[in-house]
Amino acid sequence: MLYLALRQVLNLILSFFVLTIFTFSLAKAFPDGVSFIVDYVPVDIYSGDSLLHDSQLNSSQINNFRLNESEQNENIFISYFHYLSQILTGHFGYSTVRGTSVFSEFFIYFPATLELSFGAIIFALGLGLPLGIFAAQNKNKWQDKLIVSTSLAGSSIPIFWWAMLLVLFFSLLLGITPVASRIGFEYDIIPVTGFMLIDTLLSKQPYSIDAFFSAIHHLILPAIVLGTIPLTAITRTTRSSMIRVLSEDYIRSAKTRGISVAQVIWKYALRNAMIPIITVLSLQISVLIAGSLLTETIFSWPGAGKWLLEAVNRRDFPVIHGGILAIASVIILSHLALDFASMLVDPKWRQR
Amino acid sequence: MINNNIYYVAFLCASSILSGCHNQQSSTVRDNVLVYCSEASPQSFNPQLVTSGTTFDASSRQIYNRLVEFSPGTSLITESLATRWDISADGKEYIFYLRKGVEFQTTDFFEPKRPFNADDVLFSFQRQWKSNHPFHNTSTLGFPYFESMALGKLIKDIVKLDDYRVKFVLNNPDAPFLATLAMDFASILSEEYAQQLILKNDLAAMDSQPVGTGPFQLTRYQADAFIRYKAHPKYWKGKEQLGGLVFAITPDPSLRFARLIAGECDLMAKPLPIHLKATADYPEFKTLSEPGSNISYLAMNTNKKPFDDPKVRRAINFAINKKLLIKVVYNGNAEMAKNPIPPNIWSYKHSTPEIPFALDKAKELLDSAGYPDGFELELWAAPVQRSYNPNAIKMAELIQQDLGKINIRTKIVSYEFGTFLTKVKQGQHHAALLGWIGDNGDPDNFFSSLLSCAATSSGGNAAFWCNTEFDELITQAGRTSIIKKRTKLYQDAQQIFSQSLPWVPIAHSKQFIIAHKRINNFHLAPTDGIYFSGVSLTPLNESFVSTEKKAN
Repeated sequence: MLYLALRQVLNLILSFFVLTIFTFSLAKAFPDGVSFIVDYVPVDIYSGDSLLHDSQLNSSQINNFRLNESEQNENIFISYFHYLSQILTGHFGYSTVRGTSVFSEFFIYFPATLELSFGAIIFALGLGLPLGIFAAQNKNKWQDKLIVSTSLAGSSIPIFWWAMLLVLFFSLLLGITPVASRIGFEYDIIPVTGFMLIDTLLSKQPYSIDAFFSAIHHLILPAIVLGTIPLTAITRTTRSSMIRVLSEDYIRSAKTRGISVAQVIWKYALRNAMIPIITVLSLQISVLIAGSLLTETIFSWPGAGKWLLEAVNRRDFPVIHGGILAIASVIILSHLALDFASMLVDPKWRQR
Repeated sequence: MINNNIYYVAFLCASSILSGCHNQQSSTVRDNVLVYCSEASPQSFNPQLVTSGTTFDASSRQIYNRLVEFSPGTSLITESLATRWDISADGKEYIFYLRKGVEFQTTDFFEPKRPFNADDVLFSFQRQWKSNHPFHNTSTLGFPYFESMALGKLIKDIVKLDDYRVKFVLNNPDAPFLATLAMDFASILSEEYAQQLILKNDLAAMDSQPVGTGPFQLTRYQADAFIRYKAHPKYWKGKEQLGGLVFAITPDPSLRFARLIAGECDLMAKPLPIHLKATADYPEFKTLSEPGSNISYLAMNTNKKPFDDPKVRRAINFAINKKLLIKVVYNGNAEMAKNPIPPNIWSYKHSTPEIPFALDKAKELLDSAGYPDGFELELWAAPVQRSYNPNAIKMAELIQQDLGKINIRTKIVSYEFGTFLTKVKQGQHHAALLGWIGDNGDPDNFFSSLLSCAATSSGGNAAFWCNTEFDELITQAGRTSIIKKRTKLYQDAQQIFSQSLPWVPIAHSKQFIIAHKRINNFHLAPTDGIYFSGVSLTPLNESFVSTEKKAN
């Protein structure tokens, strides 16, 4: 057990090194010595309308951003270790647009993504597990076929299209869900943890309960959109894994002992069926992060995905670079956490 | 039975979540907060550092005051932080009498100990003017307006006569100077706050954590998400009726419109033509429009042959179907242009003859100029949407067709916007589609920046047209401050312009905003600004709330 844990941590350190080498070469690949517009030209990204007055777009706007002389001449290995020591101490650079520290900005935006991802996972697990189990119980009947084919269709939906469809139907036609953002703008919630659901309850405003419900209300649609692809993956994995487990001897003997079907499934079968589900879940984390880029943009959700996308649109290189590094580190860490979780669930691992 | 109850409770919870819990309390909260769906994040909260209207909307227009201001919805100058002013006979000295008892905003980070006085005026201008001022180099943005208007050269001295009197001494008389002081970059910042920041050694906070004397004060800002303001309780004109103001930053115009329809915003910035049409289906919204203080034009490079010949320029003026351009490119939301300034700027010459779309006349003129077989023309257009021109490329294509009919073979050239402007300033084009948005409601803002001889070297004059007679007139007009005299001079200048025609003046586009009908007393400013001072909200439909309460 300890050996395995150590191996995992070593793995983590190794993948972090590979990641830093990648981001370092990315930083090196950014155009330096080339003349390009670096200053923030606020552009309406959808219409391409520069929001600046023409008179401001003069030559002072077009700066030559070059690495300084000593940085250019530095040995590449030395500059890599210099870079590594910088990021290990939390120096991810400063946004060229706002001048704020990338590291602290990440912790402003990331909780929103985390909250949304939790919502999506809860949606995916809450619906995916029962659906998968139900399909497994009715193997090869029409219910099973319906679930399998819908989940296949669901996994191939382009998520921006799906989001627009849902917004059009639920928000604009029926008017039962909000269109965008994390909370109604009438509620002034001071960020403490960055998680809107927690902050609303911590808030001392007279409307904190209303604000809490408003936050849940705003979370529903984005969570469904982001959770759709994980939902289909979980449904299918649960189904196949459950079918396998249900045909095993110990289940049959449990059934012959007269234990109720619900108990057999939820207590005896599901635990063993969970192992591949957790593996699939850990694979879904990167899907969630990639999906959050789209979902957050569509729902104007102020999370890390949108933050990164805006940075790309503005060529805010320190943010792009620091954001990629931070998000990739989070993915590596969460994989580690899920590996530990599957060790806890799977007795075979524990024995080693 | 227990199970049933659980389902029932769960159902109640779910339904209350879905219905958004519109109880009495939340609706009164909503009735006190105006939500404006804006188009982008501001660059800074200091209007001195920027030129973008988005940033002015978020900073100077809500948080700050100027010495003098434009009265709401017009370009006329009224008192603000200065109650009156004296101008010396030679037009070189301005004495401002400052308002007493004006309080700065009290925020989490600053508590003012004294009211507004002459020190604040001195600080606000010297910061932009003196390169050795401690606050001069706090950001990389510079002071684009102060510098581009060459105020550093115009202003000789700023003197504090006493706590409530300030004298501006100029090097030469400058008639638009008062209008200049009403512009956003001339906002008054707190000198006391600056001193406090020097002690804290946090000079950059001056621009990110603003303190002003204006109607609203900043409470919180998250980039690309929202800006929150609350009413300044000690505002010198009296506290605003709106308790709170929120800018919901929504760059996607369709999402802005969706949010408006869903009732998440009360006001939507920069709607697309399709949204204006769709608004008609929703009785609770209204469209506000205002003739914009702008012009879009085709500048012909008079340094290059054959555009040095006024006959050729006149021929091109005759050959372009402006009516069609306005119909297709602007969806009809623009006025045809004939002068180099828009009609809502004083001194506009209404009697200037309009140049009709007449291909035969164009052909005749080309023949007499010696180009019966036409020539090659590089028409430059930038691939961006601007408020004066929603689609320059499309406009260029239409012009290409028109000019083809008089044998001018047009090639459309396009670059990324920054590169485009740089190359145009170097004069690489034959003809270029450009535009201008007036900032201060003064005609000088158009004439000097776009058509003066001085502007040929700085690049603002893309026609590189330097007419000494014209230049003399606008220079004279800039020196006197008697409006009547100036009007006459500018109208004479427009006369010369319409004879020589260095441009094809094309259109003045209108600007729009879509608003919920519960908003009262909101005006669009002709200088393209959004001001929320004086705006109030009618409570949302009371009956709607009460019926829902019954249902609950």
